[in-house]
Amino acid sequence: MDRNHINRSGPGFSRREFLKGSGAAVVVGAAATSAVEAPLEAQQPATKIISAGPHTITLNVNGENKQVTVEPRVLLIDALRNDLNLTGCKDVCDRSTCGACTVLIDGKPVYACTRFAIEVVGQKIDTAESLYSPEKTDDVVTAFCKHDAIQCGFCTPGFVMTVRGFCDQNPGASEEACRRALGGNICRCGTYDGVLKAAYDTAQIVR
Amino acid sequence: MKPFEYTRPTTEAEAVEFLGETGVQTAILAGGTDLTSLMRAELASPSRVVDLKQIPSLYQVTRSEDGIQIGALVTLADLVKNPLLDGYRSLFDVVDGVRSIQVQGSGTIGGDLCHLPNCWYFRNGYGLLGQENGVSLPETGDNRYHAIFGNEGAAKFVNASRFAPALMAWGTKVRIVGPATKTGSRERSSGLTVGAEWIPLEYFYVTPKTDRQGNTILKPGHFVSHIWLPDANQISSATYEVLQMEGLDWPLATASVCLNVEAGLVHDASIVMGHVAPIPWVTEDASRWLIGRPLNEETASFAADIAVSSARPLSMNEYKVQIVRTAVKRALLKAIGQLNP
Repeated sequence: MDRNHINRSGPGFSRREFLKGSGAAVVVGAAATSAVEAPLEAQQPATKIISAGPHTITLNVNGENKQVTVEPRVLLIDALRNDLNLTGCKDVCDRSTCGACTVLIDGKPVYACTRFAIEVVGQKIDTAESLYSPEKTDDVVTAFCKHDAIQCGFCTPGFVMTVRGFCDQNPGASEEACRRALGGNICRCGTYDGVLKAAYDTAQIVR
Repeated sequence: MKPFEYTRPTTEAEAVEFLGETGVQTAILAGGTDLTSLMRAELASPSRVVDLKQIPSLYQVTRSEDGIQIGALVTLADLVKNPLLDGYRSLFDVVDGVRSIQVQGSGTIGGDLCHLPNCWYFRNGYGLLGQENGVSLPETGDNRYHAIFGNEGAAKFVNASRFAPALMAWGTKVRIVGPATKTGSRERSSGLTVGAEWIPLEYFYVTPKTDRQGNTILKPGHFVSHIWLPDANQISSATYEVLQMEGLDWPLATASVCLNVEAGLVHDASIVMGHVAPIPWVTEDASRWLIGRPLNEETASFAADIAVSSARPLSMNEYKVQIVRTAVKRALLKAIGQLNP
């Protein structure tokens, strides 16, 4: 594991690499669009190989298109935290178990540590930051506050995104269904009871 | 994690082409649950990752003349939503045991079949067999989660696939796609010739004798593209997983059964145990004994005794014998709706 290596843009980023990178980035964008529309039969296979170096890609995060320059090996969690400064998703277990890195991809809760940033180009990413703005507070946030579903708060961004994603797909879910939906998130403080109540409350609010 | 180049084929043929290039170490990316963990731990350091997620044919669930064909990239969440699969209850039981909507939403059925063992010696870099200087670490070390069947050889790990016991009980075949060979069957798509072969799932897994052998018959450049299940017809099925905790975890042991009960008597039975051997462990003796008998608490219990009679636990996992025995009994009763929760 060499998480500490900086594999992204910065000093020492050569023009040559940049040109190589930006060329391939166009291909990524095109391939991603094709996934939703039609398979990209006409493309030459050779252009579908994206080299190991840094590439500028566009991620749709919280409704905004953001450009990041990352190598294919950069995980979504690292791109969000280190490149976009969206530190809501937390890097806790590092082995797709604890759920603290949960974000929504096209509305579905996903562990951001099991996706490479380059995989989700063209998909809609929502992080915990999307749940609050000075104008609007999401129902999940209100429910978590109401039921005191937080102690140290480190796991909370993962929990709220799981609850948001689950409740969007299962409005009116039962308490048992909510309990099952939370199985992929771990809280070491043991706020499960409050989280469950908050999840149930959120599910009952028709959106 | 080591750098790698990333590819996104849009057809099976293209995937074969990307995987087959000489001198390139490739890895196949589906849901990413296993591969990202392996790569972070540098247990896998491919120079190229082939992401199969843009290949539309791998998402299809179709009815064929004698069964159902499921694309390898169908996620667990999509599997349980598909009305064509309503008759395959044992698969639903498996998805139910994966207590994480995140994993259910991104984990794929093909990825599960190819999931590498969770043996902690393997995951900490001692190889599939968990050996240090030729000495087996699980043999003498902490083997509480290791094999109780088929562990006479060098392999002590347990097969990690959660679907394999259920699918094997159903008599599943897997379609393996790879470069075309002279003898094998060929399929043409988008101008390239690829080789595709249907193989019964029971021949898919192997108990390796060496680290390099791997735990499946998949050769480099090959991948599982589809799964075929026979018609559900009169078969009732169930899976019983013994889980240590309520949240996301791997089962301690699993049993999956398919039964054909006619006029109160077992006409046909298939019992497969999981997480107890390097391969999904079929117990023919127990299923044979059940045939012609009524299924109830007593016969289920006796069949379970037969199923574990050849178990050979290691130093710390004798408890698994009782656990899988109970799993077999409960799976049998669950299949006929007689298991009281």
